[in-house]
Amino acid sequence: MEEKVKVRGLHKYFGDLEVLRGIDLDVYKGDVVCIIGPSGSGKSTFLRCLNMLEQPTHGEVTVDGYLLTKKHAQIDKIRQNIGMVFQQFNLFPHLSVLQNIMLSPVDCKLLTKTEAEDVARKLLARVGLAEKADEYPRQLSGGQQQRVAIARALAMNPDVMLFDEPTSALDPEMIGEVLAVMKDLAEDGMTMIIVTHEMKFARDVADRVIFMDGGVIVEDGSPMQIFDETKEDRTKKFLGMVM
Amino acid sequence: MNFTRVFQEAIPSLAWGFLMTVEITLISLFFAFFLGLIACLFNTSKKRALRYIAKFYIWLVRGTPMLVQAMFIYLGLPQLIQLLIYPDFRLTAFQAGAIVLSLNAGAYIAEILRGGIQAVDPGQMEAARSLGMSKSRSMYKVILPQALRISIPSLVNQSIITLKDTSIISAIGLAEIVYQAKIYVGKSMEFFATYTIIALFYLAFVTLLTWLSSYLEKRLNYGRKG
Ligand SMILES: Nc1ncnc2c1ncn2[C@@H]1O[C@H](COP(=O)(O)OP(=O)(O)OP(=O)(O)O)[C@@H](O)[C@H]1O
Ligand SMILES: [Mg+2]
Repeated sequence: MEEKVKVRGLHKYFGDLEVLRGIDLDVYKGDVVCIIGPSGSGKSTFLRCLNMLEQPTHGEVTVDGYLLTKKHAQIDKIRQNIGMVFQQFNLFPHLSVLQNIMLSPVDCKLLTKTEAEDVARKLLARVGLAEKADEYPRQLSGGQQQRVAIARALAMNPDVMLFDEPTSALDPEMIGEVLAVMKDLAEDGMTMIIVTHEMKFARDVADRVIFMDGGVIVEDGSPMQIFDETKEDRTKKFLGMVM
Repeated sequence: MNFTRVFQEAIPSLAWGFLMTVEITLISLFFAFFLGLIACLFNTSKKRALRYIAKFYIWLVRGTPMLVQAMFIYLGLPQLIQLLIYPDFRLTAFQAGAIVLSLNAGAYIAEILRGGIQAVDPGQMEAARSLGMSKSRSMYKVILPQALRISIPSLVNQSIITLKDTSIISAIGLAEIVYQAKIYVGKSMEFFATYTIIALFYLAFVTLLTWLSSYLEKRLNYGRKG
């Protein structure tokens, strides 16, 4: 099986604070990996190290066979292949929905304007927002904005998608529509790494669940192994609190 | 206090003077904007040398009165250049004035834009970078448009300040409106009427700028209500 993400001995310090304390991970093509864990355990930091939004202090990160942590890595080029979805959506408020999606493929010269518009409209239809193409992010609900953000990331035709708590900023009634889009993506074979507090989603959709605590991976297994059969006290305690 | 007399005698020269005022203001603001943008990008650059250049420029402009700068550029600088490079070097009052006003407004605009850039959510840069756009392209396509929108009121404010600052340039003999007024009141002694009319010229233009500001802010609303 094709390895998409490989992490070896990853450490991250913020000043004196060691936030990631040696992480190893292998993710293969089509894997859907959910990362769960208590607040401050380093989940976001770990995810952000995978596309170099944070610079790892030690260790190696390889995505699609390309070593990101080497000196003079062509980081912009690699990132085109790694989509990221943020908790706060981070849509560009000065651009229409369509322009948000078209911006990067055109600016990075992956697509012409016409091609990009075509792709953008198809993706909007896929996330159920075809009729919102000409509106501005501000005019959309949170759930709609997050779906546009997913479409925007997909427009780069990435091999791997990273999600950092994509539903945590949403009103409860909008969580479902975003999870549905993600589930659709997972079924389509996208390789996904998702930091989430949605345990039901993790159980239903994930191939693997990773429990992080204190900057390390405490457990890594199938949803059943983590949610039903865990022998780790820390996992039990965490699951006891959130479920 | 004979307004009719002042109107008949002085309006042509005052209007010409005001045209000069507006002309030098607009030209200076044009250069100041690019100067300010460059200084701002230098100031926020990772390269220390660029940051120092920007900081030195802003420090120099903020730390000296504009009148002194005007004298320096108009009289002092040409002397130096005549001595070192080109013996016939001269600047007109308009050129020297435009340089001084551009340098001044540029320094303040640099700070305005820096504030605007800092006011943009850092998540915007992260989103653009995570899509694979380079830092400079992200700046140009994502951060600057938002920073400019935020900066409009301050930029218009700076334009008003520059408009008023042109009166200082009358000190080096630029025939703008205050200069024309001084000449006229010297002959006619019509202080009240003349300076009232001058104030009205300025007020009219500042009002225009204020309208422009709210128009721009509305135009760049991006679906914001109200
Ligand atoms: N830029 C930063 N500078 C300094 N400390 C940071 C920075 N980012 C994160 N941290 C610290 O690193 C630790 C891990 O943060 P991180 O955001 O990765 O946790 P998390 O697991 O995502 O938590 P949450 O569930 O609340 O999002 C926290 O103690 C946090 O305060
Ligand atoms: Mg987090």
